Amino acid sequence: MTNAKPLLKIRDLQIDGISDETRSRVINKVSLDLYPGEVLGLIGESGAGKSTLGLAGMGFTRDGCEIVGGSIEFDGIDLVNSTVEKRRQLLGSRIAYVAQSAAASFNPSHKIINQHTEAPVFHRKFSRIDAETDAINLYRRLRLPQPEMIGFRYPHQLSGGQLQRAMTAMAMSCRPDLIIFDEPTTALDVTTQIEVLSAIRDIVKQFSTAAIYITHDLAVVAQMADRIKVLLRGDEVEENTTRAMLKSPRESYTKSLWAVRSFERKQKPPAKTGAIPVISLKNVTAAYAMNDPVVRDVSFDIHAGRTVAVVGESGSGKSTAARCITGLLPPLTGSISFDGTALQPDYRQRSNEQLRQMQMIYQMADTALNPRKKIGEIIGRPVEFYLGLTGREKRRRVEELLAQIELEPTEFIDRYPAEISGGQKQRIGIARALAAEPKFIICDEVTSALDQLVAEGILRLLTDLQDKMQLSFMLITHDLSTVRAIADEVVVMKDGVVVESGPKNDMFKPPHHAYTDLLLSSVPNMDPDWLDNLLASRGVDNIGDAAIEKMNES
Amino acid sequence: MLPGDFAQALLGQAATPEAVAAIRADLGLDRPIATRYFDWLLRAARGDFGTSFAQANFSAYVGENSSSNYGSVATQLAPRFANTVFLASVTAVIAIPISLIIGILAALYRYSVFDRVANVSTLTSISSPEFFVAYILILVLAVLNPLLPSLSNIFDGMSFGERLEKTLLPALTLTLVVTAHMMRMTRAAIINLLASPYIEMARLKGLSPFRVIVVHALPNALAPIINVVALNLAYLITGVVVVEVVFVYPGIGQLFVDSVKIRDIPVVQACCMVFASAYILLNLLADIMAILSNPRLRMPK
Amino acid sequence: MTGTSGLIWLVFIIAMSLLLRPIGRRVPIAPFQHACTGMSLGGAFGYSIAIATIYLMCWLYFVKELIFFQWFVQGVIGLGIAGYLFRLAGQHFGTDGSRKMFRQMPVTAALGIIIIIGYAIMSIFADWLAPYGQAEIFAKVNVLPGGNPDLGGDPAHLLGTDQIGRDLLSRLIYGGQNTVGIAFITTCLAFLIGTFFGFLAAALGGWFDQALSRIVDMLMSIPQLIFALLLMTIASAWAGSEKWLLTIYMILIIAVLDATRVFRLSRAVGMNIVVMDFFEAAKLRGEKMPYLIFNEILPNAFAPLLAEFGLRFCFVFLTIASLSFLGVGIQPPLADWGTMVKDLAQFINFAVFSPLTAALPLMAASAIALLTVAVNFVVDWMLHRTSGLRE
Repeated sequence: MTNAKPLLKIRDLQIDGISDETRSRVINKVSLDLYPGEVLGLIGESGAGKSTLGLAGMGFTRDGCEIVGGSIEFDGIDLVNSTVEKRRQLLGSRIAYVAQSAAASFNPSHKIINQHTEAPVFHRKFSRIDAETDAINLYRRLRLPQPEMIGFRYPHQLSGGQLQRAMTAMAMSCRPDLIIFDEPTTALDVTTQIEVLSAIRDIVKQFSTAAIYITHDLAVVAQMADRIKVLLRGDEVEENTTRAMLKSPRESYTKSLWAVRSFERKQKPPAKTGAIPVISLKNVTAAYAMNDPVVRDVSFDIHAGRTVAVVGESGSGKSTAARCITGLLPPLTGSISFDGTALQPDYRQRSNEQLRQMQMIYQMADTALNPRKKIGEIIGRPVEFYLGLTGREKRRRVEELLAQIELEPTEFIDRYPAEISGGQKQRIGIARALAAEPKFIICDEVTSALDQLVAEGILRLLTDLQDKMQLSFMLITHDLSTVRAIADEVVVMKDGVVVESGPKNDMFKPPHHAYTDLLLSSVPNMDPDWLDNLLASRGVDNIGDAAIEKMNES
Repeated sequence: MLPGDFAQALLGQAATPEAVAAIRADLGLDRPIATRYFDWLLRAARGDFGTSFAQANFSAYVGENSSSNYGSVATQLAPRFANTVFLASVTAVIAIPISLIIGILAALYRYSVFDRVANVSTLTSISSPEFFVAYILILVLAVLNPLLPSLSNIFDGMSFGERLEKTLLPALTLTLVVTAHMMRMTRAAIINLLASPYIEMARLKGLSPFRVIVVHALPNALAPIINVVALNLAYLITGVVVVEVVFVYPGIGQLFVDSVKIRDIPVVQACCMVFASAYILLNLLADIMAILSNPRLRMPK
Repeated sequence: MTGTSGLIWLVFIIAMSLLLRPIGRRVPIAPFQHACTGMSLGGAFGYSIAIATIYLMCWLYFVKELIFFQWFVQGVIGLGIAGYLFRLAGQHFGTDGSRKMFRQMPVTAALGIIIIIGYAIMSIFADWLAPYGQAEIFAKVNVLPGGNPDLGGDPAHLLGTDQIGRDLLSRLIYGGQNTVGIAFITTCLAFLIGTFFGFLAAALGGWFDQALSRIVDMLMSIPQLIFALLLMTIASAWAGSEKWLLTIYMILIIAVLDATRVFRLSRAVGMNIVVMDFFEAAKLRGEKMPYLIFNEILPNAFAPLLAEFGLRFCFVFLTIASLSFLGVGIQPPLADWGTMVKDLAQFINFAVFSPLTAALPLMAASAIALLTVAVNFVVDWMLHRTSGLRE
């Protein structure tokens, strides 16, 4: 597989990032070799410098970044010291880029096919007509619906997954030697992701294009890459072929990344029959606008000391169900009861005591904490409001809570949210919920915005707290590995309806509803052959959005 | 609508109750306010703005021998309005191209010396009252170096060239103020645009900077720029008032101010109506153009 | 003469822009050489125009000796030095936080701060600073400025007296107190009304928000100066002969009209905050409206509101000056800069004979302009800072 000369040669690259007055080292002496037709996976957590490295491979730096050392050679051409014109000749024609957000990377004022043919015509690779025909062929290969017509639409008329594939086609338009894929599927649903992954892999193989695939998802990189390189805050950690890396990682950081996916808690025994559930939804239907119900006839129970995971993709209605429970969106029909007593539909009519028993932890830690308040005040307010403690007693309680979430009290109590990390902010969110001493906590995608190592820490903390305090959790998530990790029961929602529900162990074993089957099978796991096996078993046309449409039709 | 009595002000010291009552009846001031206003609206919609009190008084003073109809507000307003529109057009013709070009250049070469100088000078221009700019221009262009006349009294029958010469100085004043606004807003809109991911994507496709700006940035810049231009044309209406007073330009702004001073109600109302309509119309135009130039709004999913 | 010299200049600029880069690359001074290599044609063109402009300015200053131009250049240089020194001082004295702030401040903002402080001092201490009262009438009428008896001046009245015999220097200083003071009060009032209703509308939403927004839309549909003039007409009738009452009406009218803009902004800012998760968390806790507004919304709205306060102050200040200039604003005997410009305007025609006299109305007008420019510089810097921090 390796030829004599590498296509892309990076040696001891050093890149600095400048913001305001401070300089920070974003890439610290990283080297890599990429041979023609090879796919290199670049993984690391956020802030590792993967995007910066990928763009540097094209000779491009974003505003605020500066190459301060090392060399970048593409097919013998020195990218660091060549003129702007020279580099521009390579961009788009021999090296292409696929961005994370396709919706933002397409110009909203031009049709898709015009943006596709622009690069080959400008770089004089194809004539206009030929480029258009080629585009339609690429769309057909990437299994876009209506390939002859889809290019003649505007970007806002296509879905996220379709746009991502159109962007891949656009990158292919000049038949480049190298494509940089910068987290192309991170923003997509699991079922959409699978289609895009198979399309990308297929087309890269067909044209023998070299590729750098950047992602933070280990299972995805296992499917796509021949070799994997791990980055940690700008430093190289390890590099190896995929199979070798997966089987026996050498460095401890790599090992910890791999181990994250194996955290799993045993399912608790089922609740006693006749026990009054902490939260009970019965036939709840709710809508934002009059004739468009977002949640339809939903019923499920959450018992004391147990975690119920509500799983679904975007638009499934899981967050809306949570808003009904908290009283922010009064349901049109149906009832919600707490400990057997029916709750008023609107939160403004509930008593403070009822509000206290139900707390919520949010997904985005940045918007979940008031940036102008100190940590001590954020946690202290519920203590003062519900329990009436003030002064020294309040401070003592706040310190207790900080210790419970495993943060050093004296260090954090006077800090502001902007000064602490995402994982720490999420812990503060948990402490704020605990401060009210509730019985039930809604966890709304609490780990979706966090890196995997940090997310694992949060999940462990939640399970510890549940064991100690007999809390009940409603875990809203789209990530099945989180479900496998800490759920006791699972409720699967699609388009506002409960498709399936039951104990966790039953869910992960067939037989189940077709949608659940699709969902489970679309989640990549760490086996490099997983994608091939899936395509072989389900067939190329029966995955992702295409499969969902088939399901809706039948 | 105006509680302050015009009749009283008119007669001043000589206001005996009978005389006041007579004039009030004559001018229709004794009918209830609501009826009067509604009546006025109806007639205004038909273009009949009524009779100016000042004109009525003047005609009565001069005597019945002069034409038997009272000078109507509409006849007073029309030529003045035409003059103001002329002034505004001259300003727009000069200001719009200059501000767009400077704004776009400042956005492209942002943080360069050119941009900083442009930024400071436009900020200074916006912050200064219109009469300050007017007097500076008079000082430099009319008094010290007599290039242009400092009093802009134009009248019917003037040649176009002469009219233009007299209008140039007030137009320049307005240009300085309006250009500053437009340039800053254009610059902000384009900088905002240049930070979009699709501009980066265009660069990463290896397109020339010229193509990136003209093909990718400009079509998306149309909406905010048109918005800016329409808003500033609307703003022009306010600036016109002060400038017309300084240069004694016979436009609707000066008429408005004079009428305010002597409390000539119909004229004040009519002028307000004209200003408000123009303002609302221009804002509406801005909104419509913004919708038309955004393909997302033109063709929903 | 001007035609041909203009043509020569044009040819010079074009030639310069084409030749600058190739010539510059051969010059042995390293940084100059490097700059010329990376320069685009547009850049070369810009630099050529800059060189031509600088030459023109020096010629006007030294050769033609235009007095007003000289004053202008001296003023700009003086202000520039003042701003630079102030920033230098701020970078070395003060707390850690304030020193960091001064390090990142552009010269214009530093200049702005000094000017604002200067005006504040003048407004507050007007009684001590002015040599005479604002309405005090002297026997010497129409004294020319300059203080030189040979040229018609009088050392007791440095800026001369007006046609009634009032000392102009004192009127200038008191004018500051009146105009700035009234503008400040009006802005505060507008702000209180606007933010109160704006936050309330954002927090309550629903029909209250809709109703208020419609009313504000109606009020904003007429341009502000025009509307103010209209309302002042009515107000002047109500006030009759009570001049101070007219001033009160003016404050109220402008405050209400300006409050509409503040309402728009505070509602928008409030809306942004109200959709945040931490606001929802506070609502779900059962917190009452006053707590939500004061403890959750207000601290987060502080930065944009402060910037808006500066902008509103400028606008109110200019509106009051314009109204006074037109004769319907602050009434005599209160001194006021707008009225002073109106009264002294005809002196501009004497610019060729006595520049100092012509400068009088300009002095009052530049006093207005200088403050608004200073506030705008500071607001510009504040907005730049907060938007940068957000990214």
